[in-house]
Amino acid sequence: MSETLTKFEAVIGLEIHAEMLTQSKMFSGCRVVDSVEAAPNSAVDPLSLGMPGMLPVINRSAVEMAMKVGLALNCEINAYNAFERKNYFYPDLPKGYQITQYAHPVATNGYLDIKGASGETKRVRIRRAHIEEDTGKLTHLSDGRSLVDYNRAGVPLLEIVSEPDMRTAEEALAFATKIRQILRYLDVNTGDMEKGIIRFEANISIRPLGSDALNTRVEVKNLNSFRSLTSSIEYQIAQQIETVEGGSVVEQATLGWDEDRKQTYSQRSKEDAHDYRYFPEPDLPPLIIGPDWIDRVREQLVELPDSKLRRYLTELGLPSYDAEVIVEDRPVAEWFDAAVAAGGDPKTVANWLINNLFALMNEHKQTIENSRVSPQGMVDLLALIEAETINKNTAKSVLVDMFLSGQTAKTIVEEKGLAQISDDGPILTIIQTIIDDNPQMVANYLGGKDKLRGWFMGQVMRELRGKGNPALVNRLLDQKLGELKKR
Amino acid sequence: MSTLSLQDVEKIALLARLYLTPEEKAKYQQQLSDVLTYVEQLSELDLDGVPPQAHAVAQQNIMREDEVNSTIPINKALGNAAATADDQFAIQAVFDE
Repeated sequence: MSETLTKFEAVIGLEIHAEMLTQSKMFSGCRVVDSVEAAPNSAVDPLSLGMPGMLPVINRSAVEMAMKVGLALNCEINAYNAFERKNYFYPDLPKGYQITQYAHPVATNGYLDIKGASGETKRVRIRRAHIEEDTGKLTHLSDGRSLVDYNRAGVPLLEIVSEPDMRTAEEALAFATKIRQILRYLDVNTGDMEKGIIRFEANISIRPLGSDALNTRVEVKNLNSFRSLTSSIEYQIAQQIETVEGGSVVEQATLGWDEDRKQTYSQRSKEDAHDYRYFPEPDLPPLIIGPDWIDRVREQLVELPDSKLRRYLTELGLPSYDAEVIVEDRPVAEWFDAAVAAGGDPKTVANWLINNLFALMNEHKQTIENSRVSPQGMVDLLALIEAETINKNTAKSVLVDMFLSGQTAKTIVEEKGLAQISDDGPILTIIQTIIDDNPQMVANYLGGKDKLRGWFMGQVMRELRGKGNPALVNRLLDQKLGELKKR
Repeated sequence: MSTLSLQDVEKIALLARLYLTPEEKAKYQQQLSDVLTYVEQLSELDLDGVPPQAHAVAQQNIMREDEVNSTIPINKALGNAAATADDQFAIQAVFDE
């Protein structure tokens, strides 16, 4: 295996179909529903059903979402946009054609930087992104019939096509993950692969290492998880190497991926590309996107993961692990930003978020949006530690309380009497009692068992029910034990 | 004067999922050729300097806001279906070849 991998390299491109999260469909005011959960054909209208006489009208929000994605992927947004009919007969589209963009897509010539295997930045070029409508869903029955549900027909879809710039399954995964993250950041797509809200297709070919040939490629569809994406690519690379080493040639094919069997299978092909007979959609006049419109959309763009990451590393000085974990999910990053804006120290907030709040969220299966610990609530809790009102251990249990009850840190500390004891008097009394009650331990300690100092500390803190100010207790204990040693 | 070959007609029929008898193929070969010949008159026009256009009317940017207003009830949706099952259109499965 390692020998053959040194002789060949893979050439991988990805196509991504992402539904855009609009209220209504691409070309009509028909409701968009969760096409997995909703009752079949409960969200259809004459246009989704291809009724005679219907006329499509472009959904402005869908166009703007596509523009946002184009901008986020560093594409040129094209001024002249046209829609065309892609003709094919298949029951998933009752019109007999799909309205799509062909010669004049909304976005072209972009790129996305991903992290390569050894941490270096690798640029993957984006060939194009175009707007189209999704198709209906067919369920094949064992008696030879098929059932058709048109809820999904006409849902706005963005197809993003990369150049074949990836060389390994890991790079394809990094690219796919980042595309999904950006779509989620932009509120364009939920990123749900299982439901097919976002769908990936890989095209894969191999060539001798050092060659820049683009050989016959195999397309793999039906990838409904990132694991399927990587395992199907690895499987295809191995298959193609075997084919070529066996003296045969790789044949062009469109395959499906069987996740259970971990192998690709041949799919019925619809029709060859040259049979689609694209022509301009006579029912839709051209769409012209001027610079003003692009500027307005650009202004609405949220801070994207890459620039957030850069800001966390350089301006806030977060460790790269922390920064990456927080940037991963936009709601988490926004929670963190709000906490920092409320005056929280970035590193401390990041620590408490990653080490404590995430654990609580996992344990109780909650997201940061419905967590009861607000950014301000966390900052208030950290302020109590800073002011030495409570110590870190107490703060941890206060956080659990905040998470469960939704009360503020201050209320919990007051009601439960958790404020730390920062007066010398009571602490000194307790230290003296412990020393008096444990003469043997004192003798051992004075006899050279220095480690017993920790035992004394533990006893004192226990008597104080964990509320002792640790710095103060340490100082007073050292003072008392020091006096004993001198005697 | 354009002439479509018999293969052209068969290809078009296949793409349209039409099954034609030999007589029909001959008939449509003639009719489709006549249509093309008719449309060919357009090439007599001198269109030098006229940019290609996707649309006959000088309109652009006809859009709607993202609002829901045209969903129809399921009994209407399925009203014209030849066969239904489980609130879906029931059809003969489509297979290649």
